[in-house]
Amino acid sequence: MAIVDRVGSALEHGPGRVVLSSLDALFDWARSHSQWVMPMGTACCAMEMIASFPFTKFDSDRHGVIPQADPRHADVMVVAGTITRKMQPAVIRLYEQMPDPKWVIAMGNCTVSGGIFYYDTYSVVRGVDEFLPVDVYIAGCPPRPEAVQDALMQLREKIRQESIGPNTRHVRKLTLPGPGESRASVEPSEPGEVG
Amino acid sequence: MNIDELRDHLCGQYPDLCPLFSIEFGDGTLQVECRGLYDAAADLKSLGFDMLGMVTAVDRGEHFEMVYRLTSREMSVGMFLKCLVPRDKPHTRSLYDLWPAALWQEREVYDLFGIEFDGHPDLRRIMLPEDWVGHPLRKDYQDERIIKRPDYI
Ligand code: SF4
Repeated sequence: MAIVDRVGSALEHGPGRVVLSSLDALFDWARSHSQWVMPMGTACCAMEMIASFPFTKFDSDRHGVIPQADPRHADVMVVAGTITRKMQPAVIRLYEQMPDPKWVIAMGNCTVSGGIFYYDTYSVVRGVDEFLPVDVYIAGCPPRPEAVQDALMQLREKIRQESIGPNTRHVRKLTLPGPGESRASVEPSEPGEVG
Repeated sequence: MNIDELRDHLCGQYPDLCPLFSIEFGDGTLQVECRGLYDAAADLKSLGFDMLGMVTAVDRGEHFEMVYRLTSREMSVGMFLKCLVPRDKPHTRSLYDLWPAALWQEREVYDLFGIEFDGHPDLRRIMLPEDWVGHPLRKDYQDERIIKRPDYI
């Protein structure tokens, strides 16, 4: 999307603003109607995710939601299920492989906060937002299919509000915790820098 | 085959193992010294226990108790094989030669309890990341990342 970057920053100032908002409308329309979803499922919620949107009778194709197992072709990552500290680097690796712009849905209590593994556990990450920028949270253990579909609709609304300018991009620098540290630090990077 | 028949069978074949055999909670249990664990396991294997279903350990304070669950498909009976390893420098003989199923299970015990298996071909952590410090299933495991559950009434 480098060309969008350049066009965006050139147009963001001065009279180009009008053109930019038309471009915004065009891009947002396109993006919000083709959310290719990478299912990042690990535990019980993965089963529920499979039953909820990508492969079942709910016909998510009509919203442009298509399951895409390859991160390089995906726009949205649905993290469904318990993320352990051993899994964390793999999730970050997959997230980094997705092209910008990209969005993350945290599905289920485990990915929101650690869920039933919040207390007395040594191996579970307490919420993927410790290391990923999450756009939509779905509560539930596991969430109902309606909730998952609603999350996709909410995400669509969110995408429609966005601008293609470089400052609104979902880019963060992700760093893995060292051996002694407990949290991954999530720092917003400089505008335009691709993480 | 029920438990009493199993005991008779065992005592007939291997009289020296007979006094170590007991019935705990309705299951046959052979409590041996860890020095003789491998030989006892080999005897049980030739007795017909062809399947190692589970390897685990219990933290008993001063000792770790190794627990092996053996099953015989032919006799359709199961039993436990147990031995106590001391807590400092815990190690015991690997049963990989007898039942290849021990390969990953012993890695798991090594990972979570820190018990070393002599003769194991590939003793690495299996569940936790390679750079993990400590063995979480020990009762004295400390980790500042653990949040204690508060006491509700
Ligand atoms: S939130 Fe509940 S259903 Fe979902 S992965 Fe966690 S424990 Fe399983």
